[in-house]
Amino acid sequence: MSAAATTASTGSTTRVRRGRVRRNAAEWTRIGVLTSLFVAILIAFLSPLAYSFLTSLKTPQQITANNAPLLPSDPATYDYNGKTVQVYNVPLPDGTVKELALIKPGRTQSDFIDPANPGAGPITWQGAWRTLSQPFQVAPHWDNYQTVWDLINFPLLLRNTLILSTVGTIGTVLSCTLVAYGFARFRFPGRGLLFTILLSTIFLPGAVTLIPTYAIFNKIGWVGTWLPLLVPTFFANAYDVFLLRQYLLTIPRDLDEAAEIDGAGSLRILRSVILPQAWPVMVAVFIFTFVYSWNDFFGPLIYLAGHQDLVPLQVGLASFHGIYYTNPAYIQAGNLMTLFIPVILFVIFQRVFVKGIVITGVEK
Amino acid sequence: MDQVPAILTPGSTSLGERLRRLGGFRWSKMSPLARREARTGLLYISPWIIGFIAFTLLPIIAAFVFTFLNVTLAQKEPLRFVGVDNYVRLFNDGQVWESLSVTVRFAALWLPISIIVPFGIALGLSSKYIRGAPIMRSLFFLPYVVPFVAGVLVWEQMLSDTGWLNNVLRFVGVQDPPSWLFDSTFIYPALVAIGIWGIGAGIVINLAGLRGIPTELYEAARIDGAGTWAQLRNVTVPMMSPILFYTLILGVVDVLQYFLVPLVLKNGTGEPGGATLFYNLYLYKTFFTYQELSYGATLAWLLFAITLGVTLLLFALSRRWVYYAGER
Repeated sequence: MSAAATTASTGSTTRVRRGRVRRNAAEWTRIGVLTSLFVAILIAFLSPLAYSFLTSLKTPQQITANNAPLLPSDPATYDYNGKTVQVYNVPLPDGTVKELALIKPGRTQSDFIDPANPGAGPITWQGAWRTLSQPFQVAPHWDNYQTVWDLINFPLLLRNTLILSTVGTIGTVLSCTLVAYGFARFRFPGRGLLFTILLSTIFLPGAVTLIPTYAIFNKIGWVGTWLPLLVPTFFANAYDVFLLRQYLLTIPRDLDEAAEIDGAGSLRILRSVILPQAWPVMVAVFIFTFVYSWNDFFGPLIYLAGHQDLVPLQVGLASFHGIYYTNPAYIQAGNLMTLFIPVILFVIFQRVFVKGIVITGVEK
Repeated sequence: MDQVPAILTPGSTSLGERLRRLGGFRWSKMSPLARREARTGLLYISPWIIGFIAFTLLPIIAAFVFTFLNVTLAQKEPLRFVGVDNYVRLFNDGQVWESLSVTVRFAALWLPISIIVPFGIALGLSSKYIRGAPIMRSLFFLPYVVPFVAGVLVWEQMLSDTGWLNNVLRFVGVQDPPSWLFDSTFIYPALVAIGIWGIGAGIVINLAGLRGIPTELYEAARIDGAGTWAQLRNVTVPMMSPILFYTLILGVVDVLQYFLVPLVLKNGTGEPGGATLFYNLYLYKTFFTYQELSYGATLAWLLFAITLGVTLLLFALSRRWVYYAGER
């Protein structure tokens, strides 16, 4: 792998141009090998999603059957004179195996009909039909989604998740914007120290603060409500403040100063001068926080335990798994229903995601 | 992320640097204008200051006080000072050391993988011998946004006996593929696989770091006759060391707290055979299931102390191998 040699060339125009020069066979081989290797890794990496999707459309019978095909399928049937009959793999005297529909089962001999040629009349076969295996025909069970929708009470979970994510996101964006603005644009004593403390909270194990916080929330009757999940979001967090501050620092001060001379207050400057220039990072924080709260599991788990009417999708899904773990199709349908919205948001805003990760991840 | 962020020069904004810069000026020496600016600034950051005091600082202190009391959620016994009883119990609690060893064993497996795999994939994706790197980057990132519970439950069946992994293994001739989630040894690679699914962010961070390495360094190395491997060792790795270090530090902090995947996967039972009874899971059960807040706080403080110790040790050792371009 000659990756190291090439990392340097990315992004440099002269190199890209040189890349268009005719390549020799060895270079094409390298391109072929490396690209196919990565395609293979990606297929393996994303295969659980495909597995989940295919499983979600299956019946429990198919999942446990050992000769079942990859695609969601049912045992094949045939419509014989208005009656649905089962199709079997029948070994014929001439040594071939044919898919025939069983019309008259019997203990030692049964009558079959050839679905490909029904006009030929019944074929009598000697043997016990119960020993025969059945061929499968593709049959996606979309109704699994409907069933899970009802079983899990999806509309309620979705409503709870939407409220928690939306309010949490508003709280985070509001508070983090104000705090980032304070850190980015004003000089005050201890600013460096406070910012260091803010960043160091990232390294603090959550359990240390969780136990007394939980005890207090329990004491004031907030456990079993949404308040412990929502109120703290209005008091800013290290990741998003950092992300916003880094961006605000790149915005030139000229316009702020012009607005200040015109008599605009600091809040006015934030609203009319800074925010219009900061919308890319605002979108990033908004999307990040929304997906983060959507995916949050532990907070709702401990603060909403026993309040099934208040829990969001993640907690609902975990308890659903506790009950229906024997039916993988239901579990996977539930999974896909909860991951749908974050994944769609990612597909739409993927550049925003990537940029946000780079800023919080690389610059610290 | 087509352009590299300007502040890609590590070191200039490092924690140490910030610590050195702190302080700066005093209220008394400030002009009225400066004083007004300072007041406005503090007003803007006040939501965080209030939140920090209420949800971080006071709880940390309270947790420490808890360790010397007998707080439970129901508080049936009268609240009293118990001295170092909780600490004595902790040292005599076999479960503590057992769960710590589970955590350390998993960390020993997970940490190298969680650093090397994203680095390796990022190296590949930034190679000139690859086609479709942007779309691949997005696809590698995708599972990162899959909700955690859904991700775990997808993998639970993927790794089951009827799942694709064992079907593939049987197809390539493995007669008796392992029962990943029910074997006290194979559960760890299974947990690693689940964790690998979320490395998208790591790949993106590594990619950005690789882009920030000046081309001239590679050209100079080539002129000196360095081959691919020598360039990787002498240019890429040293230049990437701040990012690898950052990944390592956050990885250590995270892995010491690891327990949510086994909590969902095994309902917090620690199955198979206690192999997933991670330290933080034991802490969570002590505090949440058994509602022993004081003992839970003692466990939390031990975790805090371990995290702090390991982090400081890594920072101290980092002088030997982490290279900051901006420093001497």
